[in-house]
Amino acid sequence: MELFIEQSLNGLQLGLTIFLLAAGLTLVFGIMGVINLAHGSLFMVGAYGAALTAAKTGSWILGIAGGLAASALTGFLVEVAIVRRLYHRDHLYQVLATFGLILFFNGLVALLVGRAPLLMETPKALSGFVEILPGIPYPTYRLAVMAVGLTVALGLWLFIARTRTGMLIRAGSTNRSMVAALGVDIGRLYTLVFSLGAMLAGLAGLMVGPIRSVQIGMGEQVLILTFLVIVIGGIGSIRGAFVGSILIGLVDTLGRAYLPSLFKVFLTGSIADGLAGTLSSILIYLVMAVVLVVRPRGLFPVSE
Amino acid sequence: MTDRWKLLRSILIVAAAVALIALPFVAAMLGSTYAITLATRLLIYAMVATGLNLILGYGGLVSFGHAAYFGLGGYTVAILAFHLGEGTSILGFPGTNEALVAWPLAMVVSGLAALVFGALSLRTSGVYFIMITLAFAQMTYYVFVALKYYGGDDGLSLARRNTLGGARIVDAQTFYFVCLALLALVIGVVQRMTVSRFGMVLSGARADERRMMAIGYSPYRYRLTAFVIAGMTAGLGGALWANLARFVSPDMMAWTKSGDFLAMAILGGLTSIAGPVIGAAAFILIESTLSGLTEYWQVIFGPIVVAVALFAPRGLWGMLAGKQER
Repeated sequence: MELFIEQSLNGLQLGLTIFLLAAGLTLVFGIMGVINLAHGSLFMVGAYGAALTAAKTGSWILGIAGGLAASALTGFLVEVAIVRRLYHRDHLYQVLATFGLILFFNGLVALLVGRAPLLMETPKALSGFVEILPGIPYPTYRLAVMAVGLTVALGLWLFIARTRTGMLIRAGSTNRSMVAALGVDIGRLYTLVFSLGAMLAGLAGLMVGPIRSVQIGMGEQVLILTFLVIVIGGIGSIRGAFVGSILIGLVDTLGRAYLPSLFKVFLTGSIADGLAGTLSSILIYLVMAVVLVVRPRGLFPVSE
Repeated sequence: MTDRWKLLRSILIVAAAVALIALPFVAAMLGSTYAITLATRLLIYAMVATGLNLILGYGGLVSFGHAAYFGLGGYTVAILAFHLGEGTSILGFPGTNEALVAWPLAMVVSGLAALVFGALSLRTSGVYFIMITLAFAQMTYYVFVALKYYGGDDGLSLARRNTLGGARIVDAQTFYFVCLALLALVIGVVQRMTVSRFGMVLSGARADERRMMAIGYSPYRYRLTAFVIAGMTAGLGGALWANLARFVSPDMMAWTKSGDFLAMAILGGLTSIAGPVIGAAAFILIESTLSGLTEYWQVIFGPIVVAVALFAPRGLWGMLAGKQER
């Protein structure tokens, strides 16, 4: 039971982290129609920005600021220099251009920082454990990550549902030429949304830093998870991204934790381990395949 | 199409063919085994890109998981050789090192995987299609990472190259010509297909799916067929790759590999037969030149890829052909 609670919390934490990435990716696609593979690079930039700033200044708060600034600025530059030219292009070229960007960013980080992974320390104030239920301690840092994820989800919902900019974003995703015709500077709106998405990706990256190591290629692994999430949720839907993130986070974490013991009920040791290992690593892909067979446009389809 | 362009095109194609045939002899004279290995890689990549172009260029379907079929082909060859070495059987059959068995089987395995994945993926379109093909490829990748029996992450080594009809393919030059002959065969088959009714329906469905359906064609079946053929071609490429490198690993199926294949096809130019070959050649030459220059070659290579996507959507062959074709 303790294990189940702990693993469920881990799953939630993974899900909420993925949501930070998925929200940006799904917004960028929903509003601008751009598929951005380089979203994982922005995640990496956020983590490196934070790790380097924190190491230089010795302050994790400055580290967070550094990570957010680095990813938002990178996102801004990428949008202005490249993504802006891709809005009306075929998805094929969007895939190719942003694939090129991934290569560039991976090479650039290797050149500037080196290939050795960076270690990022957990902030002192958050390094302890909290007893969530009698007898079940849980790392404070992971709880803090969840709190940030939930806060951002709530804030994003308020921003999109309640503010004027949010209204323009919703309008832009429904009919962009109409919004432009009404005198809204759609280019500026796009830049804003892209930079915001980049900053959220960077936030996810810098929060993951102390849990895993900060290294080149960290963005790609998480990018594919993010794709699964937004495909399952329905591309362009924030609500879908939220539900999909939590679903994938829980399925992946619990699958890895419980499949081996489940298989041992029916099968002997090594076969059970092998099968469970295989199945738990592809479980999330199976979930996606099932969702798409039943609902080809995801759980919360966005009408076009 | 003007006569001048027709003539120029014929000259270019003949020149390329002569260069490809002469290359190993020149390399042998210079005593460069590196050049011939590089050229063999080029042929294999060109083959995979040619198959991919059938669905990408003619079919307009962005498959972002083509490395899976490439890897499956390679693993088929490696696993058969592995069981031969161990003296064990696989699914009741003994292992083998015979190319005439292993290579067609590699194509069958990749083709079957493409049939299943394609049948499911083609229910979707657009971005969903891109992502679901990517996801299936990742799934295949992780299956092989988890298969500890066949080396898992570390992959499998092949003790020797496959025999071809009992004869051993020892030297690099012979293997190069085997690859060249198979590439020519693949190009010939794909070329015939694109000018056939099948190819017309495929291109028609890309241009206007509704209209194709209105005149009585079901694009799904044609697309699935093309998807399977592209998968089989990649499988053959993977089988050859396993023989070239004498090593297979899940890295053959990595999603960056799928990205590389896409980049090759687009770099050369879609909807042309010469495009993927030129693209593969350009890709390999740029990659090997840059990685020889600096360890951080991706910093230069990435922007080149971006520039192609932004400024040269018709690729190198398209730029050369200018307004002559279509």
